[in-house]
Amino acid sequence: MTRYDDLTELLLQLGDSAMVQAQRLCELVGGAPALEEEVALMNVGLDLVGQARNWLEYAAERINDGRTADDLVFLRDSSDYCNLLLVELPNGDFGVTIAKQFLFDSWHYAMLQSLSGSSDERIAAVATKSFKEVTYHLRRSSEWVKRLGDGTDESHQRMQAAIDQVWHYSFEFSMPTEHLAALEAEGVFPAASTVHERWSETVKAVLSEATLTQPEAAARNYLSGREGLHTESLGYILAEMQFLPRAYPDANW
Amino acid sequence: MYAQMVETGSKGVRDLESMSDQERAFQERVDADIKIEAKNWMPEAYRKTLIRQISQHAHSEIVGMLPEGNWVTRAPSLKRKLQLMAKIQDEAGHGLYLYSAMETLGADRDEEVQKMHEGKAKYSSIFNYPTLNWADMGTIGWLVDGAAIVNQVPLQRTSYGPYARAMIRVCKEESFHQRQGYEILLHMMTHGNEAQKAMVQDSINRFWWPVLMMFGPSDANSPNSAQSMAWKIKRHSNDELRQRFIDQTIPQLQILGCTVPDPDLKYNEETGHWEFGDIEWSEFYEVLKGNGPCNKERVAQRKKAIDEGAWVREAAVAYAKKKQQRNAA
Repeated sequence: MTRYDDLTELLLQLGDSAMVQAQRLCELVGGAPALEEEVALMNVGLDLVGQARNWLEYAAERINDGRTADDLVFLRDSSDYCNLLLVELPNGDFGVTIAKQFLFDSWHYAMLQSLSGSSDERIAAVATKSFKEVTYHLRRSSEWVKRLGDGTDESHQRMQAAIDQVWHYSFEFSMPTEHLAALEAEGVFPAASTVHERWSETVKAVLSEATLTQPEAAARNYLSGREGLHTESLGYILAEMQFLPRAYPDANW
Repeated sequence: MYAQMVETGSKGVRDLESMSDQERAFQERVDADIKIEAKNWMPEAYRKTLIRQISQHAHSEIVGMLPEGNWVTRAPSLKRKLQLMAKIQDEAGHGLYLYSAMETLGADRDEEVQKMHEGKAKYSSIFNYPTLNWADMGTIGWLVDGAAIVNQVPLQRTSYGPYARAMIRVCKEESFHQRQGYEILLHMMTHGNEAQKAMVQDSINRFWWPVLMMFGPSDANSPNSAQSMAWKIKRHSNDELRQRFIDQTIPQLQILGCTVPDPDLKYNEETGHWEFGDIEWSEFYEVLKGNGPCNKERVAQRKKAIDEGAWVREAAVAYAKKKQQRNAA
């Protein structure tokens, strides 16, 4: 994959993760367990596409090779996508959908909390706006983890199985952060080194209240979303999402 | 129009003399354009008809999300994706407050949804047609929502208060969707390549007749219209609304530079109306009966979502109870 500077890669990671998570939510239209959730899924999805656009517009300016945010979304292949592996996993049942959303939201919350205080004004502005939205996302997914974890026997089993199933991919939240050290030192990404710890505290509190068992810290699995090493799912996600711009390269939509 | 052929259970409209005092007082209130509210007395047939009509309308909003869900994962740009997601979200919202309006009449949302899943309750025939290219996302906004608005604008003055008020909000959002849909098509026609222009024309060709059918059968074959009009649940005839829709739509079609698949379409200078060819009503009745291109898939998809979500809803109820008990303790 193409390598960029640390800041650009951070922007790509934030933008791509939001975009792929939103794309998975779009797959759920008409499939939510209740009508209220149809509204919520699109609500969260809309926030995430908006955030993706903001991060990727900035990334595109930094890359500065004539590509726009749309080009980055619709014309990059999987090896150039920098999203977290977690968000590309299939939706599964509602338990898996919520487990993914919750783990993502809790990481996202810790990231944006830090970035809101960035010395880079543009990052601070986007992060501050996004943080408000993600505060709601996290509240919603946490509530669902609790409802399902501490609901019926069946829901408890399903929610535990869902957490166990996707937990593995949380190893990326604690990946070595040397590439962030410079950004932290510069004040671009304050408290970068504590994101994992803060994520972990949120997860511990919510899982405990949900009467769920927190799996042991996930080990690396030799993939890395940030480096373009993805699961097999991402190729299919992109094939679907990018179909029109790729099939009609000179079209104007 | 999202409510079609709503059964009123009435054999004919009765005059005021043959009514009981209660019925007469109700009819006089309707005639005086005073809204009927949830707590007011109303004839049982009026209540049932409204439940059927509002639930049909709500089901249509929800099933109507599916043909768009078919393309939301393939929207061609960030802007179009955001627009479509917002539209789908609005529709889920319309479904929610229409079901709420329906519940003021004593009906239960889950029971009415169940009826739809069992094929006992209808939703608009239009959503049984497939969405086959991206231009369909524009056509649905422009023509389908456009037809719905023509029907719903008068419903803002419908006799039942909660329904009328829900319609005011729905109409505002639908008008926005319609303009957005038209803009999708206009952009493809003015800035697009030949393949995109062909998509637009293909889309209009497929949707034109089914959209005209949305207004329901001709007045002569609309047995429930008279009673619904007397109750002011309905305020204009099917043919009148269809004509209004065609008259406002053809000039927009001409701006697009597209055609409709009707060789008999022509403007009548004297009447100031567009005349159009015969509608294939047998297709409409077949689609309504469940034999349209997507009926089975649409219902199956909705049923699957609700069935597979049962454990989630049960968990939510169980958790709420536990929480209540803990708070009480």
